[in-house]
Amino acid sequence: MEWEVVIGLEIHAQLATKSKIFSGASTQYGADANTQACAVDLGLPGVLPVFNEEALRMAVKFGLAIDAEIGKRSVFDRKNYFYPDSPKGYQTTQLHYPTVGMGHIDIELDNGETKRINVTRAHLEEDAGKSVHEGFDGMSGIDLNRAGTPLVEIVSEPELRTAKEAAAYFKKMHSIVTYLGICDGDLSQGSMRCDCNVSLRPKGQQEFGTRTEIKNVNSFRNVERAIESEIERQMDILEDGGKITQETRLYDADKNETRSMRSKEVENDYRYFPCPDLLPVIIDDDYIEAVRQTLPELPDAKRARFVADHGLSAVDAGVLSADRALADYFETAAKLAGDYKLAANWVQGDVSATLNRLEISIAELPVTAEQLGRLLTLIKDSTLNNGGAKEVFNALVEGKGDGTVECVDALVDSMGLKQVSDTGAIEAIVADVLANNPKLVEGYLATPVEKRGKAMGPFIGLTRKAAAGVNPQVVMEVLKKKLEELG
Amino acid sequence: MHNKTIAEISSDLAAGKYTSVEITEYLLDRIEQLDSTYNSFITVTRDEALAQAKAADEARAAGNAGPWTGVPIAHKDVFCTNGVLTTCGSKMLSNFVAPYDSTVAANFKAAGAVSLGKLNMDEFAMGSSNEKSFYGPVKNPWSQDRVPGGSSGGSAAAVAARLVPGATGTDTGGSIRQPASFCGVTGIKPTYGRVSRWGMIAYASSLDQGGPIAKTAEDAAMMLNVMASFDAKDSTCVDHEIPDYTATLNNSVEGLTIGLPKEYFRDDLSAEMKDQIRAAVAEYEKMGATVKEISLPNTHLAIPSYYVIAPAECSANLSRMDGVRFGYRCEDPEDVADLFKRSRGEGFGEEVKRRIMVGAYTLSAGFYDAYYKQAQQVRRLVKNDFVEAFKEVDVIMGPTAPTPAFKAGEKTDDPVAMYLEDIFTIALNLAGLPGMSIPCGQIDGLPVGLQIIGNYFDEARLLNLGHKFQQVTDWHQQTPADLA
Repeated sequence: MEWEVVIGLEIHAQLATKSKIFSGASTQYGADANTQACAVDLGLPGVLPVFNEEALRMAVKFGLAIDAEIGKRSVFDRKNYFYPDSPKGYQTTQLHYPTVGMGHIDIELDNGETKRINVTRAHLEEDAGKSVHEGFDGMSGIDLNRAGTPLVEIVSEPELRTAKEAAAYFKKMHSIVTYLGICDGDLSQGSMRCDCNVSLRPKGQQEFGTRTEIKNVNSFRNVERAIESEIERQMDILEDGGKITQETRLYDADKNETRSMRSKEVENDYRYFPCPDLLPVIIDDDYIEAVRQTLPELPDAKRARFVADHGLSAVDAGVLSADRALADYFETAAKLAGDYKLAANWVQGDVSATLNRLEISIAELPVTAEQLGRLLTLIKDSTLNNGGAKEVFNALVEGKGDGTVECVDALVDSMGLKQVSDTGAIEAIVADVLANNPKLVEGYLATPVEKRGKAMGPFIGLTRKAAAGVNPQVVMEVLKKKLEELG
Repeated sequence: MHNKTIAEISSDLAAGKYTSVEITEYLLDRIEQLDSTYNSFITVTRDEALAQAKAADEARAAGNAGPWTGVPIAHKDVFCTNGVLTTCGSKMLSNFVAPYDSTVAANFKAAGAVSLGKLNMDEFAMGSSNEKSFYGPVKNPWSQDRVPGGSSGGSAAAVAARLVPGATGTDTGGSIRQPASFCGVTGIKPTYGRVSRWGMIAYASSLDQGGPIAKTAEDAAMMLNVMASFDAKDSTCVDHEIPDYTATLNNSVEGLTIGLPKEYFRDDLSAEMKDQIRAAVAEYEKMGATVKEISLPNTHLAIPSYYVIAPAECSANLSRMDGVRFGYRCEDPEDVADLFKRSRGEGFGEEVKRRIMVGAYTLSAGFYDAYYKQAQQVRRLVKNDFVEAFKEVDVIMGPTAPTPAFKAGEKTDDPVAMYLEDIFTIALNLAGLPGMSIPCGQIDGLPVGLQIIGNYFDEARLLNLGHKFQQVTDWHQQTPADLA
């Protein structure tokens, strides 16, 4: 039988607010256990939540970025369940009235087409703490530093059809929230986590098959691999005439398989009801418009502009716009050099290769965008040839610069890489080469005129050998002229 | 000395008749002598109280005294007090020393008041008789075989027994007014949002409101001056102008329209009770007020609505009592589920468990619309009754409770009979309105309370009316025979 795969993602993105969603405690990652949890985060008797307006602003910003309906009246609800790292015994979230309603994003498919994926909603909620199971002699420790960190939970419609599409969707969301500056996007620290709902149905069938949910997948690659292995597992069961159990599963990246975590049948009844400690959040058009004014250029717009205004290919523009930091780096260099294509080649070539080799982010690269811009400018005005520019770039990577733009010129000088473009000097060298190689000249003159272009090759090599750093363009012109003079 | 009001103590201290240390010691000794009978205190903070009194006397000597400097009070044990045991009348919090001050406690500290300790209460403020405390029942000073009312029974009993001139209380369905009525003292539940709930351990968040219990309306006004504050730490606190509640105590009552809801004077209310309330209302007529019969047609829906909403909220509010981070924890838990189940099973009393169970049930999938949602709709109906009524009248009067204090044990096995105790008080909590109870008579030697209900933020008028009544009557000065 032919199966259709149905995938929906729930992405939790931690908002980059300074303090927590309902308390004044810091959200900084990595502090000693329980040092960033105040009375509110600990859920002490008598404490009350106060909503952090910055989290609202960020959620609205996100909503506008995905062209969503903005909830002018959002309501916080209590989701009740007992868990040791959920200090109040309920999570404060938004059930019926989320801040962000239906929206959509476009993802790029392998065949170059784009596909629109609808986003059901994105609601604000608080993160839980963490249980620590090691080092407590058979007991568990609880760290509540993370408790109360603001999250947006972004829920997609079940419109994704392949693991690749799911990964592309996750990447696009990552790109959007980091562009907006509302999430640091650090997957390794859990700043973005993804729950994947996967089901299969016979092709052509309308109703959905029974789904499973893979919890807390935290990398693009693992989203793809986890879903792929889950599709395979479900297909095996269905092909054998079996039934899928609705359940929550965990992905084991080492074994590349999912395994059952808990069955939905025994899951809690969350007994949602509106939180009586918090008032409904009411916003008006002026508020929404004010937030809209703060929206940066988003990846899709940037990509389109790179293609339309600067002649980049769709693929190059896609790569260069996906990550805001990389895009900013690229565009700064491109503007300084006045050449987007040259900058595109460099950023996708030497820059990306260096990032991969050193396993660093663009922010950590020792070569600044301004330095690269200067380097490209020197190529453009023929001060440097490509090889010389690479040498300077590598020197900067090795820390030989001092961070300034001026040090680029200093390095060119000290490394003796300046090209000779002075026609007079080159004429003298060419004259020498011709005088010292009469046989070659003879051969050249014997060559039919239409084949002489190719026969010029040896002279170019000899000229460059005689003087490193000569501008090949000028050498060509001088040679052509001199040889024509000879016959 | 123990019959002195807050106003009198305040002026005596200012006049140098005695020091704060002297009156604090006097009251601490009195508590030590008498409270084994009433059981109104859970914790007496002798050392802290004397230190605060000493600091108050020093402040006075230095010329930094206000009306509250050195005046003793005590807090219902629902208010968190920094460094002091805060139990909420429960085994669950029998080891909980709060690491912070509630806003109410902080306001009193800032005003220079001296706290003598923490007062007994029904466990987590759930009860109308103060028989539901882990620390034992509180006795009504007027008749020790009777209940003081609840849940602020310790506060009302302590004031009635003249152990303390004023005490804080909280009122979710009548928990300030009903015990005030049973104990012959004055208590006011302010408008929801008037007094900060920060640090006031929640029973039902949308209904809970702190307020004072004192001997007189004037003292209650002085206390409310301290308790009322806009607090950014409580999102449901309302930023509404706070008047000086003592400034208008003597305003004229001339021309005031008093509404008497016919639903509050039905056949099942005893003739004696009706007589007492009508006699009290007649005092206001003598002062120039007019009386009008009104109707609050949805009065009968208040109790069923309340007993869905309050348990639902409490079922979530009390989830944090899980034995993990503070409070009671069962011995040798096998695993996390066992830790939760036994800590809560052993830590909570029967009435608390009953309400958590009811609340969890009404919120559960498939029942939410039929119970919680409908209860909220009914709540609006109850509120609208008052909104309509206040278009016709300035205040509403009636009995605070259907009867005087009942006998201990009389209703403990019949929760519904106990719930009906709050029939006249509960609607105000649903509506968020202010209400006051003042002693207005006696039946068989037991005090009876008149409830005065005001429009939103009309506390000053209620206190004014209470004060005027207390200028022409002496019910508020009466004390139990053995304490006279």
